[in-house]
This record gives sequence, structure tokens and C-alpha cells, in this order.
Amino acid sequence: MPGKFDRPNENDIRFLQEICGEKDVISSGPLMDDYARDEMPWVKGYPAAVVFPESAQEVSEILKHASARRIPVTTRGSGTGLCGGAVPTLGGIVLCTTKMNRILEIDSSNFTATVEAGVLLTTIHQAVEARGFFYAPDPGEKTATIGGNIATNAGGMRAIKYGVTRDNIRGLQVVLSTGEILNLGGKHAKNSTGYSLMNAFIGSEGTLGVVTQATLRLLPLPKQTLSLLVPFASLRDAIRAVPKVMESGILPQSIEFAEKGVIFAAESYLGKRFPHRTAPAYLLIRLDGNSREEVTSAMDLVGNACLAAGADDVLIADTPEQQSAVWDARGAFLAALKSGNEVDECDVVVPRDRIADLVEYTKEVAEEVGVRIESFGHAGDGNLHIYVMRDTMAQEEWEEKLPRAMDLLYERGRELGGMVSGEHGIGVAKRPYMEKSLSEDEIALMARMKSLFDPAGILNPGKVVPLSGS
Amino acid sequence: MNIVVLMKQVPGTSSVGVDPTRGTLRREGVPAQTNPYDLHALEAALALKEQVGGTVTVVSMGPPQAEAVIREAYWMGADHGILLTDRVFAGADTLATAFTLSQALKTLEFDLIIAGMQSTDGDTAQVGPGVAEFLDIPHVSYVREIKGVAGPEVGAGTYPLPEGAARLTVTADLGDTLLIQDVCLPALITVTKDLNQPRLPSFKLRKAVADKPVSVMRAEDLPASPKPYYGLAGSATRVEKIFPPERTVVREIWEGEPDELASRLAVLLREVVGK
Repeated sequence: MPGKFDRPNENDIRFLQEICGEKDVISSGPLMDDYARDEMPWVKGYPAAVVFPESAQEVSEILKHASARRIPVTTRGSGTGLCGGAVPTLGGIVLCTTKMNRILEIDSSNFTATVEAGVLLTTIHQAVEARGFFYAPDPGEKTATIGGNIATNAGGMRAIKYGVTRDNIRGLQVVLSTGEILNLGGKHAKNSTGYSLMNAFIGSEGTLGVVTQATLRLLPLPKQTLSLLVPFASLRDAIRAVPKVMESGILPQSIEFAEKGVIFAAESYLGKRFPHRTAPAYLLIRLDGNSREEVTSAMDLVGNACLAAGADDVLIADTPEQQSAVWDARGAFLAALKSGNEVDECDVVVPRDRIADLVEYTKEVAEEVGVRIESFGHAGDGNLHIYVMRDTMAQEEWEEKLPRAMDLLYERGRELGGMVSGEHGIGVAKRPYMEKSLSEDEIALMARMKSLFDPAGILNPGKVVPLSGS
Repeated sequence: MNIVVLMKQVPGTSSVGVDPTRGTLRREGVPAQTNPYDLHALEAALALKEQVGGTVTVVSMGPPQAEAVIREAYWMGADHGILLTDRVFAGADTLATAFTLSQALKTLEFDLIIAGMQSTDGDTAQVGPGVAEFLDIPHVSYVREIKGVAGPEVGAGTYPLPEGAARLTVTADLGDTLLIQDVCLPALITVTKDLNQPRLPSFKLRKAVADKPVSVMRAEDLPASPKPYYGLAGSATRVEKIFPPERTVVREIWEGEPDELASRLAVLLREVVGK
């Protein structure tokens, strides 16, 4: 099968135009550049056509046609991925979900929201919060589509308390490459009825089917939040304080860590000073609750736990201005590091008591390989974002040093009991590391799942699992 | 250097509605917070104290619950706090408020008074300068930078100051002009958000100052005792009507080919600039 993909011809493009309308098919012009990449700079691939279906029925027609013609189909939302997952590396059709962008229902009895796959995360947050509800996952990138979040099983900063995308999906509508439209799960909170097919699609990066609709689990919107910025003498001290915080009996909404260098980068990127600048390392903690009293007493417990664990102080960010002084910086870390630079990222997750080991190891790697490495991440759930920075390196040097640094980082991540990707996915960029990290049996089972769900092998070929037969 | 910071409590940012029939702000159930500009004023005072030594005293006028403003200032590092609270002060406009504050300040020793440039509820920017006028001291509004503090050798020195006078050199933001000024102390300045990033309240200090008292001053504690100068009676203005501003933002979304959209945008920009 591999290598036998066909390039869409004029007839195929005419077919897409008949299904979706001429306006919703692009096959040339400057916009094609936008669909040849995601937010990972070095993975590129031009599609022959980009199509914007508006319903599951249209998706079904497209997939049936593509299966019959053996044309690769890469599903894409906003293209904010970080692993090349939505890049059509083998050409073919990009199926862009952004015109399936309706919020279909907010069900206040069942605490669910049913949305189409192309709705932006920020739109969902606004819509449900206006009704007093809360959709918990909060990956930094709010212009991502919910479909993309489902495809990568996105995590984010609130995972420690509310789980990742998978934990907040009740139902999915999925179109198979053979054209069947499945409605999996629903509005119910429990389900022990057979295999969870729904969960197979979450985190499958568009390789098993195309998600067209999702029913999301909502919670009551926490009425109060309060943040703490906790300075420490070292990152190790900061990470060591995390279990102490958890033992205080309070489960914070977020516990993030950052070192001084990344904070300074965010300061100059935002042109805005951070409220504290002298400590080598910080924890950023956000508490939520339903009343002032609740968050204040949580603050007392967490604050005392931090001081007992050796924090220099615990700084209180209460008002919207104070909270945004802290969290705007956190939100800008990635953009600040990428600004005017080329970077590659290692999104490993390790048991949370091993974070400091890994971050300290990044300093050894930086020394050994001769690159600058910055990191920040989710101290509460062990998910790190480690960035290898190109700075002024020539292409040749970068191509030599980057893989060396990455190999070392992933290897140590594995030794510490971790996984290759905590929340960004595998795409094409992280596949070699996944193959080293999972057992042959696991990889083989994944490949068999892929061919079972997508017999023609047209859905995002070459991502997550190797091309069948290669 | 002894510095006094004027601070007030305001309704939580952007969450206050207007009752169109009664012409009043709907404050019920809206959480109160310290006026954000005043935190920049306090930060400026604390930074100056760290630089040249001295004390920082916070003065606030308001109902008893406004004590929270002073507590928060303690958690940031303020040394003393005074709350002006009395039924007599109720209903004060900017004139009566400035008068009341100036009366309290007459009982204190200070070199410098710092206030936020305005409050986020009234937005008048009048109280700070009003206080300085009642005290008959120089004032500079909209300070976005404190360039220096000290004797005559420091600062821009473009204007002759009295021999040996302590002075502050500041940059005031007048919208389209930045004005660097030397000002003799004692003086009052009001500050913008560009001046600094306020430090966050410290949990450690919060524990340490839990029992620290806030001084309370009532009308009878002030030098000018006649009631007609305070509160509603001392106010020169009456609010006739209060209403939310009309929202005039119009959004259009254009769709089309890039070239066509670009020329359309160029036409629009020309129209706007042409005005």
C-alpha cells in the first residue's frame, strides 16, 4: 500500500467542489502556504487541495472518494500543533474543520456542551462561562480548535485538578475513512458498554477517523480564583515543595514551574515587568473555589506548606491585574522563546518527583552538546517543555546538535519512567522517539488498529505509526 | 524620607453596572479591591524607601471595610496606615474628599505624597492635585518615571531651586508630550501604570502583621472641625445623571481575494487618515 498514494487530479478537485461548493476548495494561490505547515517550523508538505466541509455528511463523501482513489487526507483545525501532525507530508487533501464551527447545544441539565470540531477553544470557554459553566482543559493555545485538542489529547495547566481533554469528553461523532458516521458515547456520565471506541479516537491525531462533533463535559464555573507566586532558591527546592503542597489537602487548579531565564524572556517579549525578579526559580499556583473564604483558607494551607518546604516567601495575586501580571508571563513563555529564534521542543512527561532530575540534566546536555536549553512546565503533573534553542547556529551545526540533544533528553526521560509526549502528540517529529520508547508489541498493536480503522491507509499517513508495510 | 500614599477602595474592575433609572452604580455583590493605580503609587513609595530610607504611610478614606486596602498595603510593606472614616464624610465629591484628606495630612510629617493618577470608578483624576492645592505644595500629575531624588546635584537641574532643597526629578506623561520636571519637596505626585510593576502582597508579611493596628481618624480628629466642609455638605457638585457610555465599536468582517481585500483596506485607511 505505501507509495501507492495517488495525487488528486482535476476530476478529484471537481468532486470536492461538487460536495462542498467551489468557494470551499482551495487548490492554488498564496493561501496554500498556510496549509503546508503547523507551528513546527521544519515539517513541510504542500497539499494538492484544501477543502472546508460543513457537515459530517460532506466529510463522509470526501473520505469515501479519497479511500477509493487512495488519496491521503490530513485533517486540520487551526494548525497550532507542535509536532507536524496536521502537515500533509505526503500531499493529497487537507480537510480543514474550521467551517464546522457551531456550538450546537449547551445542556444545563446534563452539564454538557455539544460542539462541532472546528469551534475554537476560546469560543467554547467564552460561551460556557457566560452561562455559568466551565470547560476545564486549558492548553495554552486558545486559538486551537476543539477537534485539534481531541486529536492530540491536549492537556494544559488545569490538568492536575480537572484532567486532560480525554477526561472531559463525553461523546464524539466520528467519520471513518470508509464513510460510516459513528456516534460514540453521549451525554451520560458513565459507560461500561463494551470497548470504548470513543477513546481510541482521542489522541489518534487524525489517523483513525475524522472527528466532526464532540460532546464536552461541563462543570460549574468556580466563582473565585487566587494565585500564588512562590520564589525558591533553586528549581530543586521548588519541585520538592510540590508534594508538600498536595499534602496540605488542597488540590490547586494549576502548579507551574519556571526559572528566571524564561521569565526574563517573557518580560522582554511582553514589554512588561514580572512582579518579582530576584529568585532563581518559581512555582506559580492557582487556587479556585466558590467563595472568598474557601480560596483564602486554601491559600493559608498552601502558603504555609510552601514556607515549610523552604520557599523564600509566598506572593499573593488576587485582583485581575495581579493575576494577569503572573499568568500573562506564563502564557507568553513559548512565544517569547520562539520570538526571533528557532527552537525545537521536547514535551516529555515524567513522574512528578523526577522533574528536577530531568531539568538539571538539561543543563548537563546543554554543556555537553554546546546548545542553550530553556525549560518550563507543569510541576503538578510532571509534564515538561524543554526547548533546544538555535540562537545564531549555522544550519549544519544546528542539524548536528539538535538531534544529539534530543536523543539525550528523551533517553533520560525514558530512564526516569516518562513518556515521549505529555500533551502535544507524536505527529511526524516525535515518531522515532516514540518507537524507542514503547514496546514492539505496543507499536505493532497500534499499527493493526490503524489498518483496522482505516483499511485504505489514507488518514494522515505516516503520522503516529509508520506507514503500513514500511 | 517620609512618604504618604493615598489609596482607595473601588469596585472590582469592569464588573460594575449602572442602574439607568436611579442613576447610581450597582455595587451590590461586586467585590471591592484596591484602586489599581494606587498600587503603582505604593510601589513607587516602597521603592523610594528602599533607596533612601524613611517610612511609608498609607491614608485611605472610606467606610470601615476600606480597612482592607490598608491591610493589603501592610502585606506589601507599608509601615503605617490611617483610615479616615466617619458618617460625616459620606457623599463627598472630589473637592470634599481632597479637603478631608488634606486635613488628615496636616497632622502628619511628610516629604512626599504619592497618589494614583485616578481611580477606576470615578476616573476624575482630581483628588490628588486637590489635596496638594489645599496643602499649598507643588504637584505633578501623570508621573511615569521617577528619575532621581536628592539634593540639587541630582536631576535635570534646568530650573534653579532653592539652595539645598530636597527635590524629585520626574517625567510626567502629558499624552503627546513627556515633561521632565524638578519639583521641590514636600510635593505631591500622581502616577501612571507605566511607572512600575507593583510587587505582590507577601504571605509572610500577612502573617507577621495580622495584629498590626490601623489608625482610625474621624471628623473630630481633624484640624478643621466644621462639618459643612466634609461629605455631601462640603461637596460643590451634585450628580444629576449617571449612564454607561454608548459602545461605538463597529466590527466588520470582510471576505474575498487577498488583492481585492488589500485595495479595500487601502481605501478605508486613506479615508481615515484623510480625516
